[in-house]
Amino acid sequence: MGVVTMKTPFETALAERYAAEKADLPGATEERAAAFARFEATGLPSKRVEAYHYTDLRNTLRRVESLSEGLESAQQEVESVSQETNATIGRKTPFSASGLCTITFNDGRMAATPALPGGVSLEPLSEALAAGRVRLGTAMGRAVDSVVDLNTVFTREGCFIKISQSVETPLHVAFNTAKRGHLPLRVIVEVAAGAEVTLVESHIGPDGSEYFENSVVEIVLGGGAKVEHIRLNEAGNAANALSTLAATLGAEAELSSIALVSGGQLSRHQVFATYAGENAKLSLAGATMIKDRQHSDTTLVVDHAVPHGESRELFRTVADGSAQGVFQGKIIVRQHAQKTDGQMASNAILLSDDAGMSNKPELEIFADDVVCAHGATCGALDDEQLFYLMARGLPRAEAETLLVEAFLDEVLEKITHEGIREALTEKVSLWMASRS
Amino acid sequence: MLEIKNLHVEVEGKKILNGLNLTLKKGEVAAIMGPNGSGKSTLSYVIAGKEDYEITEGDILLNGESILEMEPNERAAAGLFLCFQYPLEIPGVATMTFLKAAMNAQRKARGEAELTPGEFMKAVRAAAEKLGINPDFLKRPLNVGFSGGEKKRMEILQMTLLNPAFAILDETDSGLDIDALRIVSEGVNAMRSADRGMLVITHYQRLLDHIVPDVVHVMAKGRIVKSGGPEIALELEKNGYADYIEAA
Repeated sequence: MGVVTMKTPFETALAERYAAEKADLPGATEERAAAFARFEATGLPSKRVEAYHYTDLRNTLRRVESLSEGLESAQQEVESVSQETNATIGRKTPFSASGLCTITFNDGRMAATPALPGGVSLEPLSEALAAGRVRLGTAMGRAVDSVVDLNTVFTREGCFIKISQSVETPLHVAFNTAKRGHLPLRVIVEVAAGAEVTLVESHIGPDGSEYFENSVVEIVLGGGAKVEHIRLNEAGNAANALSTLAATLGAEAELSSIALVSGGQLSRHQVFATYAGENAKLSLAGATMIKDRQHSDTTLVVDHAVPHGESRELFRTVADGSAQGVFQGKIIVRQHAQKTDGQMASNAILLSDDAGMSNKPELEIFADDVVCAHGATCGALDDEQLFYLMARGLPRAEAETLLVEAFLDEVLEKITHEGIREALTEKVSLWMASRS
Repeated sequence: MLEIKNLHVEVEGKKILNGLNLTLKKGEVAAIMGPNGSGKSTLSYVIAGKEDYEITEGDILLNGESILEMEPNERAAAGLFLCFQYPLEIPGVATMTFLKAAMNAQRKARGEAELTPGEFMKAVRAAAEKLGINPDFLKRPLNVGFSGGEKKRMEILQMTLLNPAFAILDETDSGLDIDALRIVSEGVNAMRSADRGMLVITHYQRLLDHIVPDVVHVMAKGRIVKSGGPEIALELEKNGYADYIEAA
């Protein structure tokens, strides 16, 4: 028996909006209706929902006057706010590494299409959906999630990218967001068998704006395809930044996804990865730096649905002030997914007494011939190491920076593209310098 | 001049140093010898400014000024150097990055210009060559996977580059085989200068065959119980510490 709960003002506004807009939403009518029905039944997940125990969205997102107001007045604000966005994020040292092909979205709207490298085709999401060339949820596997549902119901902004052959130039999808209101972005990437590509996703926004980005990136890797995915969350300090990566790996495909998180009052990055073919390799990694009253959640569900899959997860969090980090990592090994090899680690450094970290690793193993392990650690910086560095003349702040950089570097060193790696490493130093 | 006056130190309520007096002059190499548990390592940590030690009485003066309120990095910039008994391994921190950060931090604290990359490289290469340090070691994370001898050589390399006015060498001979002991001692002897004072802390006399001290202090139960010339070390080697422990 379900518990009947009152709808929050935000949930009510969403239902009204769906009723008003559903005729105008591009394509995917059935998926949207099904997602809406699920969302209607549950609403935003509260802490009573296990997967959201540490991140109570229902409660956090109930202060929604500004959000629902934003929903209605969104259209006309786009132009003026976009300019404001660009001006504001000038201060936030936007992600820049040379030699990338950047596709920019301002408050969800795609700016002029750049010259694309060979092997890449790009289409606005609304057109691809309207024409039925792409399906929402294509890389979700068996996963069902309320935040993704909410995105599915309303999404129209984003793009559909097809990679038909290996691409040397990294593709960079840059989202500049400032506008209030729920912004459901969706990027769907199909990578043909054997093709290799580097895909960078950056999300940036001004401090002080209580915007609400809900982005979903779906990547479907064909057999033997190789994708390096790098995600950068530099949302504004008042933003709600929800994000999902859904990936399906074909046989012998390789996906490496690395997330750098420093933005958002509330952020939650979810990864749903599904092995669709044998001998695929998945590496998920993340470096999270949070301070003040930030709350940052990383939630993984790795579904070994077929035999001979390999997965590696390494997540590192540095929390200062009264920031709270959350790591939930679930590895599912289905009954016939023998010879699965999964290793997961979450490590956190707390730079202050009030910072906190919740670690919840979960293994759900139904096969009997697998190697799976997980480990979680949480603690302060090593006093002995700090003393050693300081005794050689480094002021405390500099010594701490050196140790934090070293801690996060184990994640960032996984990035193979040198320019991107250096740009992200630089962000760690800047973040440490920004601590007051 | 480094002066330690009537120093009383406790750790978690336990008294470790018990009214210790010691003076180290520039140009002097002094040895402190003492049995295990006499407080030798505590003394070196307290001089370098490690937390967790409660100084209940006394003072440490560097050129006439108390350093007790100074952070470890401020003491380093003022010219103190502690050569660790067990140098820390710091995974992920490149040795060269660390060396440069340390040298420049001290220069900055003294109001000097930072080294140019060229000046830094030149200094490191010269010092490494003198100490027989394989340049490949400098590319590795600090002390990670180094043998005991390699770590000690890295300490001497840092001492050479940082050029302190007063150096404290805490059990520098521990964990060294005879060849490593010779190389490390040569490195230390090369640092002997009229402008520098060195305090060599050791349990065994054998280090003092290689680094011949001007003065030897015997420490027991948290105090200096006897001071004299190098002959004291030889006597200790023969008779042990028992008499001193009893007397203290």
